Amino acid sequence: MAAVASDRLFGKSIKRREDPRFITGRGQYVDDLKIPGMTYAAFVRSPHAHAKIRKIDTAAAARHPGVVAVFTGKDMTGVNSLPCGWDLRKEKKIPGVMQDLAIVPHMPLTSDAARHVGDPVAIVIADSHEAAVDGAEKVQVDWEPLPAVTVTEKAAASGAPKLHEGAPGNVAFKWEIGDRAATDAAFKTAGAVTVKKRIVNQRLVANAMEPRACVARYDDATGELTLWVTSQNPHVHRLLMCAFVLGIPEHKVRVIAPDVGGGFGSKIFLYNEEVVCSWASRRLKRPVRWTASRSEAYLTDAHGRDHVTDAEIALARDGKILGLRVKTTANLGAYLSTFAPAVPTFLYGTLLNGVYAIPAIHCEVTGVFSNTTAVDAYRGAGRPEACYVVERIVEAGARAAGMDVADLRKKNFIPKFSGAFQTQVAVVYDSGDYGAAWDRMLQMLDYRKFRAEQEAARKQGRLLGIGFSAYIEACSIAPSKLVGALGAGAGLYESGKVRVHPTGMVTVYTGSHSHGQGHETTFAQLTADKLGIPIEQVEIVHGDTGSIPFGMGTYGSRSASVGGTAILMSLNKVIEKGKKIAAHLLEASPKDIDFSGGQFQVKGAPAKAVPFGAVSLTAYVPHNYPEGLEPGLEETSFYDPSNFCFPFGAHACIVEVDRETGNVRILRYLAVDDVGNVINPMIVDGMVHGGIAQGVGQALCEGAVYDGQSGQLVTGTMMDYAVPKADMLPMYETDRTVTPTPVNPMGIKGAGETGTIAATPAVVNAVVDALAPLGVDHIEEMPMTAQRVWKIIQGAKAR
Amino acid sequence: MKLPVKMTINGQSYSHEVEPRLLLVHYIRETVGLTGTHVGCDTSQCGACTIIMDGQAVKACNFFAVQTDGANIMTIEGLAKDGELHPIQQGFWEKHGLQCGFCTPGMIMSVYQMLERYPKPSEELIRHQLEGNLCRCTGYHNIVKAIEWAAEHMPAKK
Amino acid sequence: MYPAAFDYHAPGTIKEALDLLGKHKDDAKLLAGGHSLIPMMKLRLAQPKHLVDLRKIPGLSGIKQDGNVLAIGAMTTHWQVESSSIVKSKLAVLSEVAAIIGDPAVRNRGTVGGSLAHADPAADYPAAMIALGAEMVCEGAKGRRTVKVDDWFKGLMATAVGEDELLVEVRVPILAASSGASYMKFPHPASRFAVVGVAAAVTLDGKGVCSKASVGITGAGTKAVRAKGVEAGCTGKKLDAATIEAAAQKAAEGVDVQADLQGSVEYKSHLCRVFAKRALTEAVKRAGG
Repeated sequence: MAAVASDRLFGKSIKRREDPRFITGRGQYVDDLKIPGMTYAAFVRSPHAHAKIRKIDTAAAARHPGVVAVFTGKDMTGVNSLPCGWDLRKEKKIPGVMQDLAIVPHMPLTSDAARHVGDPVAIVIADSHEAAVDGAEKVQVDWEPLPAVTVTEKAAASGAPKLHEGAPGNVAFKWEIGDRAATDAAFKTAGAVTVKKRIVNQRLVANAMEPRACVARYDDATGELTLWVTSQNPHVHRLLMCAFVLGIPEHKVRVIAPDVGGGFGSKIFLYNEEVVCSWASRRLKRPVRWTASRSEAYLTDAHGRDHVTDAEIALARDGKILGLRVKTTANLGAYLSTFAPAVPTFLYGTLLNGVYAIPAIHCEVTGVFSNTTAVDAYRGAGRPEACYVVERIVEAGARAAGMDVADLRKKNFIPKFSGAFQTQVAVVYDSGDYGAAWDRMLQMLDYRKFRAEQEAARKQGRLLGIGFSAYIEACSIAPSKLVGALGAGAGLYESGKVRVHPTGMVTVYTGSHSHGQGHETTFAQLTADKLGIPIEQVEIVHGDTGSIPFGMGTYGSRSASVGGTAILMSLNKVIEKGKKIAAHLLEASPKDIDFSGGQFQVKGAPAKAVPFGAVSLTAYVPHNYPEGLEPGLEETSFYDPSNFCFPFGAHACIVEVDRETGNVRILRYLAVDDVGNVINPMIVDGMVHGGIAQGVGQALCEGAVYDGQSGQLVTGTMMDYAVPKADMLPMYETDRTVTPTPVNPMGIKGAGETGTIAATPAVVNAVVDALAPLGVDHIEEMPMTAQRVWKIIQGAKAR
Repeated sequence: MKLPVKMTINGQSYSHEVEPRLLLVHYIRETVGLTGTHVGCDTSQCGACTIIMDGQAVKACNFFAVQTDGANIMTIEGLAKDGELHPIQQGFWEKHGLQCGFCTPGMIMSVYQMLERYPKPSEELIRHQLEGNLCRCTGYHNIVKAIEWAAEHMPAKK
Repeated sequence: MYPAAFDYHAPGTIKEALDLLGKHKDDAKLLAGGHSLIPMMKLRLAQPKHLVDLRKIPGLSGIKQDGNVLAIGAMTTHWQVESSSIVKSKLAVLSEVAAIIGDPAVRNRGTVGGSLAHADPAADYPAAMIALGAEMVCEGAKGRRTVKVDDWFKGLMATAVGEDELLVEVRVPILAASSGASYMKFPHPASRFAVVGVAAAVTLDGKGVCSKASVGITGAGTKAVRAKGVEAGCTGKKLDAATIEAAAQKAAEGVDVQADLQGSVEYKSHLCRVFAKRALTEAVKRAGG
């Protein structure tokens, strides 16, 4: 397949075309919508982490002035569970399953019991926000509180309170990957240095700046439901809601995700709220609107991460890694969210090879239920957890072996390859030159100079440290057959329709969704280049099932690579048809027509040419037209990739620790990333910056904490949960190497999650390095708040 | 029991009868219909609702409309004049200081005050003055660059 | 995000405000800057039936020098304190304290009086007011009375202001000659309230010996307190590093340290000592020592 014809715009940092509306306050977010006759919804939620529902009395609420209706789960007859879209059962021949996924009910409004604080039990619909909230306060729920378990390591302990009948011992699944026997043997190698460490990847809250929201409008006259919702994937929302939950015809539902204020994964999933609002709108025949308050979002947006891991590494005396053994408990929360089982299994275990030539790996994962918010994909989704384990245990291994942490890493890199590298954990890497990115990072850093500065600082008693992260990740998800065989209930292709209008203007409909990624710019760059037309003649449409062919949406850094390729395929089809039309106009054969710079021309006779706009007009006014060729000029493609893509890179972080308080300050942050080819460098840089900030946030200040006794979410607002602010981050020093992927024609690997994946271990390793003179070789838990670091320092001094 | 309020927003006068508990940000968004000012949290942390009121940057979520009777307010919609972008808006565009755009109006209005008070801010001062504005997308790097660009391009004070 | 309903009043005089308080008692709350009260109302943690807005009452804001005291109206905003040329020249530490309260938007509206009457245990001003020996002026039906700062903070969010009184002014003495003051704080990473905040003011005599030390601690306990042990460790001594270190060891005494996610009792007590040392060191430097 031919690559992009011209590089006029591909690779250029042009300003974003979507910005004018955002910088003037004219974005259209779901909460901005005004629909005539709108009602407002408030949900009644469990204040208990675990409680039986004896009775719900809605009479007083229903009588409250302004309240239109009150519904509970019992009213929603014929409605099914929110589905889990990823299966892990032996009978489906899914590799690695040791204990089948317990597929437990997840009703949109629970009727039997509440299983986490915030679990919704009723909806109050009124003619104003205030009346809905006031009315919700009048709903009387007769609760029977039950013991609750929130701590990951205790969820499956004997005697833990049971959440679901279908999940004895609160085990959701057990799964493994790799070669257990080979790994055990590797650890028994004579003379091997073995290190075992406990590594905790704490629970996080995504905190997209726009809280989740929806407006459901059922039109009784046409039987059509329109749902505006903060979604990263409107088609997926529609399919799941129609086919699995509400049993309503898919073709009578239109889901629109307009401007969406960030997602980071949290807006992928089908949530209770939009389902209940849709159901209620059909029932009331009036629009129903709901917007989460931030503290409500904390309780209900899918949380991220929450792994507890025992990791072991075996090294030969010369520092060569012999084996990696990982045992992880993954907290899934109270219910199975849409993609939850995939995150700690196939998006996690398959990345444990890292960038290293590790001959033997085994990983075992137990998923557990607990009385907490459901956990699902959050920026990186399994790959940050994997990279964190690898980069932390390699660090500990290097220190145990007495080797420089940078040298040991480089010594173990997989050598440069293009084509394929078969890992020990099923996946085949696409292309990689890990050493090149690493060397570039060390050069930017001036590593030896830093170590000298560190020496001098240490003599003054200052705690200066450097941490590295040599990362790789799997994105551009994914080949449908492959993920199907691994348990996915969906394909992971992408759609792209190119509609050329008679006047030569072009509208591109993409199944990808932009909630910050800038597709209205990058996809327009791609289109304008390929068709040789000014970018002003291109419009990108996303987020509307009413006009866009079925697409899987944006997450997993898949938009440019998968979504962009689908568009490219359609652009190529348009050009092929254009050649036929041009050939007719130019009285030549189609195989003698070149297309370049927006002109169809006869090979060898460039004066014989017609511009794109003439061809497009002819397509719609087919008077002088090839026999047998249909009029029109619009093509649709669905691109199903043949593999994941594997961006990689090298990050480094320099910190200083205040010995007296334990406070960690970042002095420098460097990132060299290889994301393959890049459409708009400025936009990719932005993705890296934002990703780094979230990775740093996990390392230093974020963490969703539940009270072990009451099960309350202690970090339930932005006053308690510390999202990084500008004054705790530095300017980032970034660069790129370019190793195109052979997987797609543009050679794009994907970039959206790299920063988050790489940054967390880089920061933690830096603190370990800073405290190394005190005898510290590992830090088990995050965030590294001042108190935590201070305690480590006190503990080290006491030894 | 509703009370009358009257405010000037972006040069236009508005009069309404409102419940005392109506927050100013909801008054602006829903009663007046200017949805550029956003609600991002419920604890006055995030700054997405920042507007200029009587010459100062304030969080619109932290007032009742009845409290701001008589105020002179500028929201993001009032910053560009006659279709010409303010240098701060231009700076955010030039330097890719936004991704999803949700924090952007509040961020820009905070910067409006910042540059009035500190025409040539250092990076450290910029970051400190952004304490009340959260962004989850950009990592702040390009926001700092956007502000520096804007500072360079502000019209000279008369 | 939608507060419970209430009746709103905006009295034009102190007397009207006091009459409303007297009439509605516990059902009424005063509204000053609103940046402590309104967040609580949005979460429905506070549901006053009557809100008495002080914004229309004249004469309650402004900063002027009155002898060797700065008289600060209770409705003076943090930004006004931060940016005041009088404060910057006569009592710079107060400008510095104001500059790190909350964030710029909060500082534009939050008030000195509101902060001191609300007495959030993690607020910044309380420590500074203790160190500077401020006095609060309250007005009631019977007229005005002055309360020394040492009698002001009674308990968790409880102050000496009477139910039928309004805090109208804060009077802060200007530092004597050869004095220096500093406020150092360890901020909560999310809320930026003081996990621990220490304000220290020292006066040195002609021989560089400390004739007066005044230290206030906020954040760690249920209320701001005077660190008497630290003060005793400084008074009458030359404040070299060792003396400061020794005096600072007493910083957690008398602080009812509350453990939370940000710190155990042990850690927060330690921070009290660290920041007492740092604040004293800087204060001494500013005093010319």
